[in-house]
Amino acid sequence: MTRALEHWLRVKSSTFCPGCGHGILLGAVVRALDELGVDRKNLLFVSGIGCAAWIPSPHIKADTLHTLHGRAVAYATGAKLFNPKLTTLVVSGDGDLTSIGGNHLIHAARRNLGLTVICANNQIYGMTGGQTASTTPVGALTATAPSGNAWRPFDLVKLVLGAGGRFVARWPVSRPRPLIASIKKGIQSGQFAFIEAISPCPTQFGRRNRVDEVTELYRRMDADCVEAAEADKLSPEERAGKIVIGEFGDV
Amino acid sequence: MRSEPARILMGNQACAEGALAAGCSFYAGYPITPSSEIMETLADRLPREGKVFVQMEDEIGSICAVIGASWAGAKAMTATAGPGLSLMMEGLGYAAFTETPCVIVDVQRAGPATGQATRVGSGDILQVRFGMHGDVCPIALSPGSVQEMYDLTIRAFNLAERYRVPVFLMADEGIGHLRESVFLHKDFTIENRVRDASRPPFGTPEPDGVPPMPVFGDGAELMITGSTHDEKGFRKVDDPEPHRRLVERINRKILDHEADIVEVEERFLDDATVAVVAYGFTGRSALAAVKALRRDGVRAGLVRLKTLWPFPRAALARLDQRVQRVVVPEMNRGQVAMLVRAEMNAEVVSLCQTDGEVIEPEAIAARVREVLP
Ligand SMILES: Cc1ncc(C[n+]2csc(CCOP(=O)(O)OP(=O)(O)O)c2C)c(N)n1
Ligand SMILES: [Mg+2]
Repeated sequence: MTRALEHWLRVKSSTFCPGCGHGILLGAVVRALDELGVDRKNLLFVSGIGCAAWIPSPHIKADTLHTLHGRAVAYATGAKLFNPKLTTLVVSGDGDLTSIGGNHLIHAARRNLGLTVICANNQIYGMTGGQTASTTPVGALTATAPSGNAWRPFDLVKLVLGAGGRFVARWPVSRPRPLIASIKKGIQSGQFAFIEAISPCPTQFGRRNRVDEVTELYRRMDADCVEAAEADKLSPEERAGKIVIGEFGDV
Repeated sequence: MRSEPARILMGNQACAEGALAAGCSFYAGYPITPSSEIMETLADRLPREGKVFVQMEDEIGSICAVIGASWAGAKAMTATAGPGLSLMMEGLGYAAFTETPCVIVDVQRAGPATGQATRVGSGDILQVRFGMHGDVCPIALSPGSVQEMYDLTIRAFNLAERYRVPVFLMADEGIGHLRESVFLHKDFTIENRVRDASRPPFGTPEPDGVPPMPVFGDGAELMITGSTHDEKGFRKVDDPEPHRRLVERINRKILDHEADIVEVEERFLDDATVAVVAYGFTGRSALAAVKALRRDGVRAGLVRLKTLWPFPRAALARLDQRVQRVVVPEMNRGQVAMLVRAEMNAEVVSLCQTDGEVIEPEAIAARVREVLP
């Protein structure tokens, strides 16, 4: 991270594995805050449990609430309702926000309270050793699906839109500029904003699925991503396995 | 003495009035019998006072919203009954470990499971003390009248702020739905957490073990976590010493203040040879039983526990000096009797009733007669 952004950091080291996308996402979040000139005194980060939940806590120098597995959005709901002046960002993992915490997520989308929820989606339970998540692709190898995951993953964009979320975006961390732009728009919208950041996990997902090189993992992820406008032009066969990225809803 | 006229209220309504009087500024909950009148009263009243009410998606969300609001500066509460309390356990342990003031009202009904939702019980007494994983030491109060639903709700908020701890009001369906007169008085003081951002929020050697608690927006750049943490809030997930220190402190800060926290009502003990130890609705039947026994010349006394946790050990030690026999009537399988037995040399006899009905004074008096020395 550049020196100019270091004032956002509480600690100068990180426990993320080499190649983890979560560090890039941390950079994107901090840049968005910096570019917006957010008042740090009234800035609150809430996270659950998992590697992704460590993105704000302890890294970011602001009020941080590191909660229980799955419950970050519920904690944030209480804090934001009581003090609406708090710019409240939830940053947590795919397992945390959409599996164990899925109920809180859809209800927060329904309430449309001004929370910005950033989901670091590595398609796996990273912290606990690479078990299947609600976002793991069909066929992927995991610690709990040794012969390939049999169950369809959530499409988180559709999930949140279906629950009433009006501001929804999805970007891979390999495209930081649009990711930062969506985070900024989400914060400024004053509404419930959901931003899915596809964030590779070389340690638990890449290695187990025989993608040993971090650069190759990123290359493949980026190649799988198509912007929504282009995706519309693809045939169903061409679309299979693609990740549709962009901004959705009333953005 | 009391200038306000008495009002006739339901216990659950008196609880809501107590919360408002104590300065409750946030309620999050999920409907469940027999507690819902608390939620419904506050749903109407809190927004009218410019305060926050939210119906959450479940009880897990409720306790988490309460904790989030408390760190945003609210005096926050929720109310529930057995099944909801079970769902809240993880969040309650988090509240204890992060030293988050909050009030949880449990209007106990006949369990286990869904049990009998509209009938009375007191089966959750051990759950609030031992239901959370790891060693935590909450405070639990037991109201025995509609007046105490008001008074002890206020006390619950004060203790929560004073000790930075979740405080349980262990009501029961009998008290929650009882209607009787209550004074909504103002003769109490209000305690508030110390919002000092200049000292670490998780325990330097404060003399009383209770660190100050700045809230979001105070500029403290708080780091709150349910993982083991040092006094500033940094996670310490491998070192033995910070873990030991934190676990000991959050327990000691309550146990070292038993004398300040614990309240009991002692009746007819001067010449007593036998005593009833009771709490909650059963305390009312016990008082009636003791009075009836006395009319028949039996020297019976009563210790009514208004505090259940920390356990009123000193009061039981005092009682041990006086009586040889103790009867503990309870609407469960003897949860408190077990604890009384551990504290006393006197013979402790349990009177258990698990039929979803309140225990009648006659049943208590009959058991006392059976065990008379
Ligand atoms: C109630 C509960 N169940 C299980 C766990 C164990 N656990 C910790 S992190 C985690 C998964 C985290 O996955 P995700 O949210 O995707 O974050 P990642 O580590 O992948 O970034 C699990 C299952 C827990 N802490 N609490
Ligand atoms: Mg994950």
